[in-house]
This record gives sequence, C-alpha cells and structure tokens, in this order.
Amino acid sequence: MSDPPISRGFRARRRRDDELRRVPPGQHLTGDFPVLSAGPTPDIDLAAWSFSLDHGGATLGDWTWAEFEALPQTEITVDIHCVTTWSKLDTRWRGVTIDALLTAAGSCEAPADFTLVHCEGGYTANVPVADLVGGKAMIATHFDDEPLAAEHGGPARLLVPHLYFWKSAKWVRRIEFVATDQPGFWEELGYHMYGDPWREQRYAGD
Amino acid sequence: MPEIDVAAPAARRLEWRTAEVVDIVDETPRVRSLILGVPGWPGHRPGQHVDVRLTGEDGYRAQRSYSIASAPEFAHLMLTVERIEEGEVSPYLASEARRGDRFELRGPIGGYFVWTAAEGGPLMLVAGGSGMAPLMAMLRHRAAAGSTVPTRLIYSSRTFEDIIYREELDRLAARRDGLEVVHTLTRRQPPGWSGGKKRIDRDMLAGLGFPPQARPTIFICGPTSLVEQVARSLRELGHDAKMIKTERFGPTGG
Repeated sequence: MSDPPISRGFRARRRRDDELRRVPPGQHLTGDFPVLSAGPTPDIDLAAWSFSLDHGGATLGDWTWAEFEALPQTEITVDIHCVTTWSKLDTRWRGVTIDALLTAAGSCEAPADFTLVHCEGGYTANVPVADLVGGKAMIATHFDDEPLAAEHGGPARLLVPHLYFWKSAKWVRRIEFVATDQPGFWEELGYHMYGDPWREQRYAGD
Repeated sequence: MPEIDVAAPAARRLEWRTAEVVDIVDETPRVRSLILGVPGWPGHRPGQHVDVRLTGEDGYRAQRSYSIASAPEFAHLMLTVERIEEGEVSPYLASEARRGDRFELRGPIGGYFVWTAAEGGPLMLVAGGSGMAPLMAMLRHRAAAGSTVPTRLIYSSRTFEDIIYREELDRLAARRDGLEVVHTLTRRQPPGWSGGKKRIDRDMLAGLGFPPQARPTIFICGPTSLVEQVARSLRELGHDAKMIKTERFGPTGG
C-alpha cells in the first residue's frame, strides 16, 4: 500500500517516554479497566466451583475452591493488552501459577504441547503450554488485593499477560492439554491463533 | 462449545483500506456519523465492527475499533462516533474530519455479535447511548431485507437531545412491520414525555421485552454498567444465557 493518508489536526496525546516504550504497536493506554465479554456475567457459586487439569479424558488434578485457595499463591504486577487496542500498565494480580498447579497434580511437566482452556458457559481459548509454564501464566483470583470481580472473570480467570487479553479467559474451570493446537471461541471467529501484541497478531493472517 | 450462529470466516488477512469521508451527519451534540466510501470493501454482517487507523502529520499512528452502523445493503459504511473529550481518535472523527478526508480502516471484524434476517426471531435489542450503533445496523438490515421478524428495541439515552438516529427510528417503527421502539430518558425528559423515565431495570424488561418462553435472540450494547444490569435482569427473568449476546462500550480513552 502507498503512504497512508494524513489526518489533519490529529496528534498524539502527551505521555511519558517510559510508558510509550511499554505500549505495543496500535495500542493506547487506559486508566480504567474496560470489560469485554461475549455474553452475560455468570453467577458462580463458590461452593459448587471446581478447577481441573485434564489430558485425554483423564483428570490430572482437580480442586475445590477451598483446596485451590490453599495452593501456593503468587503475586505479579504486569502490563495487559486488549485486542480492542487498550493497554493497562502495572496491573496487580494474585493467584496460582500453572507451574504450581502441575506440581500439585504430581506432574513434573505438562503432558502435551498445547492447551484448550475451558470456561463457564462454554467459552474456550487456545494457548500453547510454553506460554503457560515457567512463571508466565496463572489462574488469578485477586486483583489489587481484592477478590476478582465477577465482571472481570471472578472468581478465577486465566492470566497470560504477554498475549492479547482475550487469551486470559474469564471464569475459567478447566485446562485441557491437547497434542495439537486447535482454535478456541474467538480464534474460530477470525482472531489470531497465538495473539502476540508486540507482533500485532490481532486477526488470522496478521 | 457455545452456539455460534454464523460460519467461521476463512483465515484471510484483513487488509488496511483507505476510507474517504463522503458525508457527515450530526446526530446529537456529542455524536457524529461519518459516511465512508471504502473501495474494495468486502461486505459485512450487521453487528460487526472495523478498526480505524489514523496517521498524524508527524507519522504518529493510533488505532481504535468502531461498530458499523450501516446495513450491508447500503453502498457506504457508516460509523457513529461519540466524542470523548480526553480522547485521541474520537475528537478527530467526531469534530475535525470533513468531507473528502481519508484514513485507513480494516474489517469486518467479529462474528459473534451478529444478526441477519435469515436467522429469524423474535429479536430483542437493548441499547444505551452510542451502543445503539451496531443494533442500528441490524434494524436497517431488517428493514432493507423486508423482514417482519417481531423485534423490540429498548433504548436508553440521557436526554431527548441525546437520542441517536431518533427520526429514523420513528420512521422504522411507523412501518408497522413488527418493530416496536421504546425510549427511556434517564436524566431529563421533555414536557409530555410518554416513554420511560429511569434506567432500564428488571420491571421495564419484564413489561416491554419478550417473555423467556418466546426464546428471543437478545443483543445488548452500551456502557458496561448498563450491559451488566440488563444481562443480569434478563437472566433473573428466566432468559437463557446462551440467547444473550453482549457488547460493552467501556471508556477506553477514545
């Protein structure tokens, strides 16, 4: 394509250089925490909640809410990037890393290379195992020291901050390890299979 | 898997195209619609959105998502933009842009918050403020396709002057083809106002919406607080969560 048309009078809002370096291409900063979900926020009963790791129809490990809360907790402060172009810096989360879950399930390593993350209401997202282990991802239950609000995915959501935020699936219930990468909910609808914000992998083919 | 009512698009690259502003409609004091000519536009389904990318004189670029407000049957694309004062992109689109101006755009994007007449109904639409845009694409398409699917729109605005597409909605409702439009004004009502006078709540949805037994397909679009409240109320009234599709217009810095 030739040079893009210039929009007269359009200019950047002033921002600090250190912030600018942390914002991937095509993204902008927001101070709010916008909510994006495909459907209603589910009403989840903690007494009936459970979380499991599965492989080939077998359960590797499963936890009730009380058992999950008793697992080793990790705190993390990270920048998050939504495909709808907002980024939020220095968000503070607490939860259980995928490494800790695998250890608790008695597995030294993940049994396959890919995962399909399953959520309340049937939402799914695909994430490679390499992006979940090594301290890169957690099942988050707290935001800013408060229990994670339902509209933001509470009681528990996946947090994979280095990928576009739709991968950090809300209301997560199960991670299924699978041999081959298969598209989840948004990926079936044309969004990118991997979703690296620094390579601007928003949609299929990007 | 959730019920997805549309075929997944083929994995093709979404190209940036140059859009030209061919006309501008001042909808309300804070909202403008841009009518765009987009050579090579592949078509869209009502409810889908586009990414807009602006380039400044110094090469600075910024990108935002906007819902398409026009029907697929319309030759041009309409984007309806609310001006966010501290925003970066919306002040340009909603104030600066003039006829003949050009900027980049790509799409259509999104295949979930989508309705076409072939899918039938009943159809229940709930909008708040500029969240009306993608639902307007559905109503325009419904009319253009000659559909008589029973449809109810409940639309919340702050004041009478803030109602976007007001006259066109009046005209669509006057066709008496199965569409009913109800407005509610949350902040101030003109003298003699016969519509709603409060935020959309459970009573309003129970009185004006379709009953759960009718299994309406429901689309809700607006600010997060409205979407959360309406979706929760509809579930309490007995609507199936799978029939409720939501799109939230959070304050994302515009």
